[in-house]
Amino acid sequence: MNTTNILLAGVGGQGILLASEVLSEVCLMAGLDVKKNEIHGMSQRGGSVVSHVRFGEKVYSSIIPEGEVDILFSFELLETCRYLPLLRKDGRIVASNWKIAPPSVALGKQAYPAELTEKIRSQFANTTIVEGLDIALEVGNAKTVNTVLLGALSNMLDFDHALWLTALERMVPPKLLEINLKAFAAGREVK
Amino acid sequence: MNKVLLSGNEAIARGTYEAGALVACAYPGTPSTEILENMVQYKEVDSSWAPNEKVALEVGIGACFGGARALVTMKHVGVNVAADPLFTLTYTGVRGGLVLVTADDPELHSSQNEQDNRNYAKFAKVPMFEPADSQEALDYTKLSFEVSEQFDTPVLLRSTTRISHSKSAVVLGERPQQIPTPSLKRDPAKLVMLPGNARRRHYDVEERVLRLEEWSCDQPFNRIEKGKGEVGVITSGVSYQYVKEVLPDADVLKLGMVYPLPKRLIRDFAANYKTLYVVEELDPFIEEQVRAMGIDVIGKDKLPICGELTPGRVAKALFGSDLPAENTADLPQRPPNMCPGCPHRGVFMELNRAKAYVTGDIGCYTLGFMPPLSAMDTCVCMGASIGNATGISKVLSAEEQRKVVAVIGDSTFLHTGINGLMDMAYNKSTATVIILDNRITAMTGRQENPTSGFTLADQPTYRVDMEQLCKAVGVEHVKVIDPYDIALTRKTVREEMARAELSVIITTRPCMLVPRDNLERRNPLYVDHELCTGCKACLRLGCPAITWDEQSKKSNVDKIICVGCKVCKQTCGFDAFQEIEA
Repeated sequence: MNTTNILLAGVGGQGILLASEVLSEVCLMAGLDVKKNEIHGMSQRGGSVVSHVRFGEKVYSSIIPEGEVDILFSFELLETCRYLPLLRKDGRIVASNWKIAPPSVALGKQAYPAELTEKIRSQFANTTIVEGLDIALEVGNAKTVNTVLLGALSNMLDFDHALWLTALERMVPPKLLEINLKAFAAGREVK
Repeated sequence: MNKVLLSGNEAIARGTYEAGALVACAYPGTPSTEILENMVQYKEVDSSWAPNEKVALEVGIGACFGGARALVTMKHVGVNVAADPLFTLTYTGVRGGLVLVTADDPELHSSQNEQDNRNYAKFAKVPMFEPADSQEALDYTKLSFEVSEQFDTPVLLRSTTRISHSKSAVVLGERPQQIPTPSLKRDPAKLVMLPGNARRRHYDVEERVLRLEEWSCDQPFNRIEKGKGEVGVITSGVSYQYVKEVLPDADVLKLGMVYPLPKRLIRDFAANYKTLYVVEELDPFIEEQVRAMGIDVIGKDKLPICGELTPGRVAKALFGSDLPAENTADLPQRPPNMCPGCPHRGVFMELNRAKAYVTGDIGCYTLGFMPPLSAMDTCVCMGASIGNATGISKVLSAEEQRKVVAVIGDSTFLHTGINGLMDMAYNKSTATVIILDNRITAMTGRQENPTSGFTLADQPTYRVDMEQLCKAVGVEHVKVIDPYDIALTRKTVREEMARAELSVIITTRPCMLVPRDNLERRNPLYVDHELCTGCKACLRLGCPAITWDEQSKKSNVDKIICVGCKVCKQTCGFDAFQEIEA
């Protein structure tokens, strides 16, 4: 089995690190070698955040070799665009349509780039855009966006449904488990 | 075998526990911080935050002199602070094992420089291990304690950001049932480093390095992985992983110990290849020593010295492979920012408005450099703001002197700033110092310090009285203010800048991210568009919760992230910011 490379991208505070924890745990439970990598420190301060997750029979580098990302799993639209060059030509994308204004946009000095979804789709046909925040609000908690997105991602990966549920049970605080399981199920409905 | 996913830092903590250590001490610093945070779960180990790295190492040394195994951790620049005890500890040697973790930060993800601390191993003549993944981080930590005791030496364990913050599968071991009981044991010839004793110990140090070098040639942590036999590579640490990606067919000499180098092993390995690479991040540390042995290698003539390596960067350097271009076209950057409700924000807005020349320091507030606050003119190292302000004031005219303001956080002030303040009072400096007291070491992820009132293990403890401390070193004018009160902040900053004497302003407000300090309920705000004139005064704060709406030409507040600090309300001349009643 070749190594599969998933790059998670988004903005500090969106729950990217928890999502990459859950994903890595699923890989480990499936009996695979797995490495994940991210930069802490600035992550809570609204900066651009990425996390690399790689799994397969034997994984060496925890950083995904440039240009070898199989799936870009992104939580914010502008951040999705930022990391497109790291994808393989036939790479796939699962991305939230959530837009978060970076400082220059918030200050009115720059506009948030227009028609990003179209640009993404024109380069990568295999793109799923998830209305993550809307779905999370329907489920009943805006903070479950990351779990909704994980649900959508799970459709692309060949892991047993039960592994995802076990990983969520292990990683999510007990009082938030039920709503996160709902969010995950709602995410799996996105095709 | 049950495998768990651990970060390099979690694995070092686990290895310390499994090694039977009794003490762990550190000052927080990215990327090392999580090691001590994870030590707390192991109740058998006394784990604590020290006010700085020098104290942390001295505490570790004391424990080791008592016969206990001790772990001390810090980021790369922290070793500069702890270098003084380190360079003599190498002479005394140890009683219980002592392991000093240096977590280096190639690429400067969260640091002020990119120094390569492998040089400290050679400089201090201390053996250094370098793990390449989390399993090795655990194994080498245990090994380091053993080597420390076997060779009577402190041991350096070097991690880098990509080791500390990467997770990989680890098999856990157990803590030994029997741990030697610490005791007092006098040994002045070894532990009292007066010249007569130290002179003799220096010979022991030199002899120890030679013994370690010979011993390490036959140890499994320095291993040869056979490939197709055409190309040889010498590498260590995270660089090993990139070599395996980029040169899968090469024969690899993977060094687990990077100082001293196993010269016999290297010589035997190198003899087999016409093409021999040394792949290492940052300095040509291994390369220069191998070249000094008369062996020709390909190294920093191709590989970069600056920045971290990645698989793509190694491939580009060695084979000219293309790297994908960064997608910078028209995409706004997203730099980090102070959090909504950060008590530092208003202070920097006022410093900007007062046109202060700000000598800055290391912490969240270094983000005061970013626009629109744009109120930081220097940032060198922990505690430097105060000495820098003193020095620059010495050489300026009386009028320009008044513009100089040192800005420093509580943790950084207690780390090494306090010495600078003593100097200011003693030598009659006239600058202004602002201590941003949020009661926590925030930048590294909210670690307790002597202003918090709590320990690493969350136990209540004494809280340093900052006002009394400043007065005790001789500062006559000490003002304590609430930085959420913008009018008072403005008035105080201007008054103290104008004063031709030393003064200290302490701004006290807990970090918004510490739940125990933020029990008071606050409602988020909204902008009443009937009242907003679109003057953009509130945008000067650079609060992430306030955004400009180009269509209506008015400001908006994102109620999901607004914490209701009301600083923006005070910047508005039209009372447009209103509370959303709960």
